[in-house]
Amino acid sequence: MSSSTYVQLVDLSKHFGKVRALDGLNLEIAQGELVALLGPSGCGKTTALRALAGLQELDRGQLIVDGKDVTFQNANKRGMGMVFQAYSLFPHMTARENVEYGLKLRAHKTASDKRKARSAELLELVGLSTHANHFPHQLSGGQQQRVALARALAISPKVLLLDEPLSALDAKVRTQLREEIRRIQMELGTTTLFVTHDQEEALSIADRVGVMRNGQLEQIAAPAELYDRPKTAFVAEFVGLTNPIAGKVSSSSIEVLGSVLKTLPGSVTSGNGIALVRPESIDVVASKSGNATVTSASFLGASCRLTISMTDGTRITAQLPSLDAAGIGAGASVQVSLLDMPVFVKAAG
Amino acid sequence: MKKKLPVRIWRWTIITVVGTYLIVPLYSMYDFSTKPFGFQDKGRTFRAWKIIPGQPDLIAAISRSLITAAIVMALILFLIVPTAIWVHLKLPALRRPFELLCLLPLAIPAIVIVVGIAPLYRWISIHLTESPITLSGVYSMLILPYTYRSLSAALDAVDIHTLAEAARTLGADTRRVIFGIIMPTIKTGIVNGSFIAIALVLGEYTISNILNYKTFQVVIAQIGRTNGNVAVAVSLASILFVLVLLLLIPTKKRRSAVLDVDLV
Repeated sequence: MSSSTYVQLVDLSKHFGKVRALDGLNLEIAQGELVALLGPSGCGKTTALRALAGLQELDRGQLIVDGKDVTFQNANKRGMGMVFQAYSLFPHMTARENVEYGLKLRAHKTASDKRKARSAELLELVGLSTHANHFPHQLSGGQQQRVALARALAISPKVLLLDEPLSALDAKVRTQLREEIRRIQMELGTTTLFVTHDQEEALSIADRVGVMRNGQLEQIAAPAELYDRPKTAFVAEFVGLTNPIAGKVSSSSIEVLGSVLKTLPGSVTSGNGIALVRPESIDVVASKSGNATVTSASFLGASCRLTISMTDGTRITAQLPSLDAAGIGAGASVQVSLLDMPVFVKAAG
Repeated sequence: MKKKLPVRIWRWTIITVVGTYLIVPLYSMYDFSTKPFGFQDKGRTFRAWKIIPGQPDLIAAISRSLITAAIVMALILFLIVPTAIWVHLKLPALRRPFELLCLLPLAIPAIVIVVGIAPLYRWISIHLTESPITLSGVYSMLILPYTYRSLSAALDAVDIHTLAEAARTLGADTRRVIFGIIMPTIKTGIVNGSFIAIALVLGEYTISNILNYKTFQVVIAQIGRTNGNVAVAVSLASILFVLVLLLLIPTKKRRSAVLDVDLV
């Protein structure tokens, strides 16, 4: 345990019948850090979060928060603030009463005027001070989740737990709110565990992103490192898009599409391999005597996504800045080459 | 505007039909209760209404029935509702058996229930008390099908699991989760279930009559055997009393003093 470690999940295991939700999960979170757990449905990310909240009993393992073992502590004694995927505001209470609820239950019975001041401060923080006397049914989905965030933060939680809080919201509100969550988290310095299946969400706001698979942590790293230097094929394929292109591996490099690229640690080291090449690592230039043909082009605003058919029949996807892709449309003959960036190579077959 | 006209006509037609269906029997009761029933009466008379307070046992029976209803209400609030919430929250596997159990009183005829519980009530009246208030025990069983259905529908309409978990993470214990969060959330279901229960308790006749307890309905039946006009007047008065009670309950008030138990 490093000196800055604030939360420790040690060897967590949980089975639901024959389904293995957690299988020896280990995770450490530093104080004030925002860690996102990312993974496909059923990978155990929500189970891990619920276990930390005290809402899920474990078969095995240990939970340590701020140096104290909380494994067997009841959820109502743990002091965790949680925002749920489903709207969870108490419908018979106003936004202000919802925020004050946790404070009312504190052992020291926060004085009424202090409670009011704290709820006003938090509603201000989430930009809803004018909605303090609104009931949940009078608020939009995004506003409800903001109040839920204020409610979770009101108790000054040891750890803020976010269980896919944005998944029920529309795209625009989602982007806006995730930025606000990050701003507030950094402002308050609250240690946060954020669970999501949306990789863009995880990569954009987390200090570190953990990719989970079959109840275990496959890799945990800063977003850029996770994207650029995946340690396993699963991480490379799950985070972002990849083009599986066959090539010949020799020691720490692979030859694909006429280019020799360095391979990342963890890749296969000999024989035939499949390089997982990012779409933005592919350079495409219009050329009448090119080695490929564009089959479709999608304009994405700042960038353009091209689906390309190589002369040998391989289909790949490339992503270029829109300016570079100008004039390249479906049916265009292009020259495809790979940028000199290390790639992860998995075993062929 | 052209499209709205038929809707308005339909609406008023339905209101008129339903209103007539409800009001005609009430008016008929009023009409009957004000008809002359003695040699001294000429034309309309309110004598039947005036002699209501003088009827033997009536006031006592009304108060007994109201106390019984209050006890049944308390049982609903502090036993049946928390149990239903507990089953929904913690024992989902028992939901079906529990529902089946609650529906049983509907499937068993009242007379069969009476035969079954008569020895128990005989023992109660010999060793404990002869008060009809003890009927609240059997009544709380009789009302189960109606109350449970109403509660179950209310519980299914809200994501009580998430609400309960949110409350727990904020520091609430089980008692606070049930009484402070879930019960106010399903308030409408509780109120609906309670009204059906009260109506059933105030209107129940078979069990109380066979067990020889003088409840409101039993006394009305006794009066009816001697004076039909008074019996109908009492029945109409009781209906109007319940109606006033219903109207007194604020529809827009968001909190119920009974349900909003401030445990903090």
